[in-house]
Amino acid sequence: MIIMKGRALRATATAAMLAVFGAPVAAEELFYVSGAVGNAVENFKALVKPWEEATGNTVTMVPMPASTTDQFGQYRLWLAAGAADIDLYQTDVIWAPQLADHFVDLTEVAKDLAPTHFPSIIESQTVNGKLVALPIFTDAPALYYRTDLLEKHGKTPPQTWAELTETAQFIQDAERAEGNADLWGFVWQGNAYEGLTCNALEWVKSFGGGQIVETDGTISINNPNAVEALETVKGWVGTISPGGVLAYQEEEARGVWQTGNAVFMRNWPYAYGLGNGDDSAVKGKFAVTTLPIGKDGDTSAATLGGWNVAVSKYSTKQDAAISLAMYLAGPEAQKQRAINESNLPTIVALYDDADIAAAQPIIPQWKDVFLNAVPRPSAPTLGKYNEVSAKFWSAVHSTLSGEGSAAENLELLEVELTDLKGSGW
Amino acid sequence: MATNTGGLSLSQQRQRAAFWFLAPMLAALFFVAAWPLLRTIWFSLTNTLLSDLYGGEFIGFDNYLSLRVLESGRWIWRGTLVDPAWWNAVWNTVRFAFVSVLFETVLGLIVALVLNAEFKGRGFVRAAILIPWAIPTIVSAKMWAWMLNDQFGIINDILLSLGLIDQKIAWTASVDTAMYAVLMVDIWKTTPFMALLILAGLQMVPRDIYEAAKLDGVNPVKVFFKITLPLIRPALAVAIIFRMLDALRIFDLVYVLTPNSAATKTMSVISRENMIDFDKFAYGAAQSTLLFAIIAVFVSLYIWLGKVDLSGEGQK
Repeated sequence: MIIMKGRALRATATAAMLAVFGAPVAAEELFYVSGAVGNAVENFKALVKPWEEATGNTVTMVPMPASTTDQFGQYRLWLAAGAADIDLYQTDVIWAPQLADHFVDLTEVAKDLAPTHFPSIIESQTVNGKLVALPIFTDAPALYYRTDLLEKHGKTPPQTWAELTETAQFIQDAERAEGNADLWGFVWQGNAYEGLTCNALEWVKSFGGGQIVETDGTISINNPNAVEALETVKGWVGTISPGGVLAYQEEEARGVWQTGNAVFMRNWPYAYGLGNGDDSAVKGKFAVTTLPIGKDGDTSAATLGGWNVAVSKYSTKQDAAISLAMYLAGPEAQKQRAINESNLPTIVALYDDADIAAAQPIIPQWKDVFLNAVPRPSAPTLGKYNEVSAKFWSAVHSTLSGEGSAAENLELLEVELTDLKGSGW
Repeated sequence: MATNTGGLSLSQQRQRAAFWFLAPMLAALFFVAAWPLLRTIWFSLTNTLLSDLYGGEFIGFDNYLSLRVLESGRWIWRGTLVDPAWWNAVWNTVRFAFVSVLFETVLGLIVALVLNAEFKGRGFVRAAILIPWAIPTIVSAKMWAWMLNDQFGIINDILLSLGLIDQKIAWTASVDTAMYAVLMVDIWKTTPFMALLILAGLQMVPRDIYEAAKLDGVNPVKVFFKITLPLIRPALAVAIIFRMLDALRIFDLVYVLTPNSAATKTMSVISRENMIDFDKFAYGAAQSTLLFAIIAVFVSLYIWLGKVDLSGEGQK
């Protein structure tokens, strides 16, 4: 039944695309570069198949390391060299201001498609009136928790970080006493890279400590709430979180979680679909909720993530590349991504889609989570964002690994950021 | 021929011929070594950005050191030479280079002595011991990263079951152990290289000296320190220079095993980070230039202090 439905869907999609993009002209071979987590490569092949059939072009995905920091370094190098080898880049939501010059302006071709997306996301990809990239999915992390373990120990999902600490410690101790020696309370991303900036921004923001650099460009990070947030997290390392969490990125955290060795995990929506896969030890035993808050009166914070597709200015096959970008950002591809990979769509209407709600019940609930998501300070800090982020994650990483207190490190960070800012971002 | 070379002595003719034989190599060296080096030094004196490689303007030594007077009247020194992150990287690199080269030399010497002895299957063992050196660094670094993983790594598993540790160690994450992890992998990887170079030196030592020492009943320890070591000293010195050059520009291992960790960030890593990640191409070029200068100073000091003979004159 499902197969039948899939075929029918694909046939309609193909017909629709033939109408939109016209009949195949000349077969082009495109190269699409993207970071790869989970089953990204196989999923991408399935995702672009209808487009390949409709246009006669082929596309090869060039997989990159999962770390966005590593990807960015490589992309910047290729783009600076004007490399024509890659036609499309999958770009992080924070990159648009830094790479804008190297991509084709999509404003004109996407004038009908763009308004169907969330306006804030389109705005994040618009630099000086130029639409640099088209959104293909958005991301906002959540707290994953083990329903079976919470139920067994009579606990409820935590509302505050203090509750999370207490619940995680309680279950970890109880389970270890029963012989479950590898169980940890909470896993997250503590490696010194962009992901730590995301995690730490959530802690700071949910303790009422601002968002590092505010939208008007003021540096706000050195404040008592931020200090309290980091000191709280420092208390987790080696107690409810393994010491190695300071080297974890998304996939390492998911590794511990999906083998059934964590009570809580902070991760992006992609882990939801994978966690319910047939080879997962936690299939059907977990649920997600919003990330906890510092204390009453604070609001939960989820860092706005998300990925976009941009067409390289140096591509020799721009027409085909733009057609693929439009397809990937369009409703068919986004729907398929939502169903197969639990990626959050950026097209508003898809949150009311019955098929998505049936396949991935969490997605409709997610709309509110990410509407309240916190952006990283990439807009106010412009081309200096990477350095701001690297200084922030270094200060956080030092604090968490016991090199200086949170107060000392944040004070130092404020000085460094002020120096970096100079007379203006 | 006679008309072309008329008036030139035989030695002048030979020099001229030698020049033309050397010319292709000199040209190749200029293009692959001297030109990039000069380019880098030039970039370090400009304000070039990676996103605009040809738009840089000459700014003198500002990337190295510059003085800014703020509106409040406060003086601020800026530039690589007052950048604590840079000096941290220099210290990490020097520490790494000394410790790794020391261990690799001692272990390499031991391995070479063993391989120099006659035993059955020596050829096979010699080939087998080279395997770590033959594996590309990226591959071995990734392999070790998995083995050192705190939760599912085999190293922790072995140590736990042997009872040597009572809880899993986060090798690459913890500031205290990150450098040890990098050192361990580098020593594992490069000891075979040192062993091979030293073995070549050992095989140059004439056998009859050992036989004479044996007839005189000299104690083997004394044989090693009085005969073997002095005779292989030139080979050892060259091997150490090679390793030192390599160790001071260590990049790939650190980049894969512990990227972004301040405890292991080396000069090459930080210069790449500035050039690529932070778009400060000229600033990174200044750090690369300093890296070159530091290596040059180290090697000159070593050759001078150790009286290493690289010209080959002493062999005559």
